[in-house]
Amino acid sequence: MNIRELTALELGSRIKAGEIKVREAVEAYLDAIDKKDAKINAYITVIREQALERADQVQKEIDAGGYKDSLLAGVPVAIKDNMNTKGVRTSAASRILDNFVPPYDATVVETLEAAGAVIIGKVNMDEFAMGGSTETSYYGATGNPWDNTKVPGGSSGGSAAAVAAGMAPYALGSDTGGSIRQPAAFTGLTGIKPTYGSVSRYGLLAYASSLDQIGPVAHDVADAAAILSLIAGKDSKDSTSVIGDAETKTPYDSEEWLREGKFDLMSCLADPANVDLSLKGLTIGIPSNYFSEGLDQETNDAVLAAARLLKDHGASVKRFNMPIIDYAVPAYYIIACAEASSNLSRYDGIKYGHRTTEADNITDTYYKSRSEGFGEEVRRRIMLGSFVLSSGYFDAYYKKALQVRALIKKAFDEAFESYDMILSPVSPTTAYDIGGQISDPIAMYMADIYTVSINLAGVPSISLPCGFDSKGMPIGMQLIGDSFSEGKLVKAASAFQALTDYHKQRPAIFADGGEAAYKDMTEIAGASRASVDAGSASAAATGASAPAGTEKGGAR
Amino acid sequence: MKITDELIDYIADLSRLHMSDEEKKKAEDDLTDVLNYVEKLNELDTAGMPEMSHPFENVNCFREDVVTNSDKCDELLANAPDRKDRYFKVFKVVE
Repeated sequence: MNIRELTALELGSRIKAGEIKVREAVEAYLDAIDKKDAKINAYITVIREQALERADQVQKEIDAGGYKDSLLAGVPVAIKDNMNTKGVRTSAASRILDNFVPPYDATVVETLEAAGAVIIGKVNMDEFAMGGSTETSYYGATGNPWDNTKVPGGSSGGSAAAVAAGMAPYALGSDTGGSIRQPAAFTGLTGIKPTYGSVSRYGLLAYASSLDQIGPVAHDVADAAAILSLIAGKDSKDSTSVIGDAETKTPYDSEEWLREGKFDLMSCLADPANVDLSLKGLTIGIPSNYFSEGLDQETNDAVLAAARLLKDHGASVKRFNMPIIDYAVPAYYIIACAEASSNLSRYDGIKYGHRTTEADNITDTYYKSRSEGFGEEVRRRIMLGSFVLSSGYFDAYYKKALQVRALIKKAFDEAFESYDMILSPVSPTTAYDIGGQISDPIAMYMADIYTVSINLAGVPSISLPCGFDSKGMPIGMQLIGDSFSEGKLVKAASAFQALTDYHKQRPAIFADGGEAAYKDMTEIAGASRASVDAGSASAAATGASAPAGTEKGGAR
Repeated sequence: MKITDELIDYIADLSRLHMSDEEKKKAEDDLTDVLNYVEKLNELDTAGMPEMSHPFENVNCFREDVVTNSDKCDELLANAPDRKDRYFKVFKVVE
């Protein structure tokens, strides 16, 4: 039996049964990283020694009867490099944090570790999560495991690539405008963007605080449901975190937050022996206007075929229109960049992170540290955000965008009066070539058309595979639900996976030795940081050295 | 909306970013394109719509102000680009 072929839940249950030692599981993945990651570049930092030490500790606990209620004890995990890990460099894939070693853990990291998870490394992403291809990383682009000349999506591209290539059984990602769902779609995985507030953002390096949510990237719905059930919950360190009420679609009031109450998504999984029962009575809306010009024909066909399959098994599928989608991308970019310009003002070269050596006064320190530390796309978004918030332009841009956001929320509210969920594509295309789109910001932004509205409305969405295109690249679809309706989404999505096997397909690199057929990432045109952003320092994929408290894996 | 030389200097200043003349030119073109694109929002009548800055409005979240952390001065200063004793070291701020 190959450990890496197990899902996270299967691995967790074998570990609990004593059939697999935690150390064996961790070693299997560390070895896979050593062998494969030169072909993918998913990891920024691998913590081999720490992970092995931790594996033995967790094993000891398990042997002593610990982690009884945890489904994921002893199971390795990769964490997107924008979530703080105490003592392990957390860079947000930016030069400005290349040497940053957090003094504390993000709440999600604490929660995972309390459940016996073993973190094996930190994975690549677009710089500060700003991008949809993982090409804006200071540490070079990540390759798609299905074809490493193509992007894995982004910004959680490292999370998705690590899982799809068999270099982690699951990973955490973050989703501000599609950053979990689109990479999941590009790599044949399942990812959930939870309802805003469901998962604590404490220790997540902020991009756009009113949109950011942490969520799982996994092989199937069951794994994703188990991970989300674990990390969801109210956290006193994040005042926007809530325990939601699926009935009233609102957060419980503060008194009631003290009550017991958590997502229990495992109880929502469909019974594979009786899928039709799970889908019976379910109403799914399909926005006809989403299926128009700009959407790849093969994606169009695969998503509509999925709709037919759900209908054949008892769901009621109806078409409607959601014309407001055309305004989601412009509203998103104004709001996200405005929040980013404010959030990223903290990086000033004073207390942590990159400080220029070229300055001779305090003001120059700010300007030069930031100009040297941020990449082109991050600088572009900070500038756009500063502009739309500036006096004289605030009303015309930022205020207008907030009002459009309210219209978008209203459109979703109205849709959910008629439908339990909405079925839509995740991305207008499948994964595209590395270097293929990054020079045109508007084309890059437009590719987020199906995902950003969900973050603006704050509602949950699950992305799951529904086919492959003629080049063999995965196609994804998403089921979008009303606030706190993750249970319904999990039920429908798991029913779909009981009827299909797209989520069981693995790219060639997944198998032992499968990496032999792939080029090194250094040989792929456009994959190194220097070629993406000539203005930035030349330390590309191979250049950055590990700071104290971290170590890099042999693969990088 | 056309981003002029003066405006790009102003925005760069607000953003605390330095740019070469070449970068400025590119930023002007990029921002002009992006702004023309986002002006699509003006097609929508938003009169009377609330400004939705957050998914859940009007939530005040109070808690007791209890100290839970201890003195982590050295841990926090470990990331300082420059330090002296228990302080961050920077250029002189007040003349």
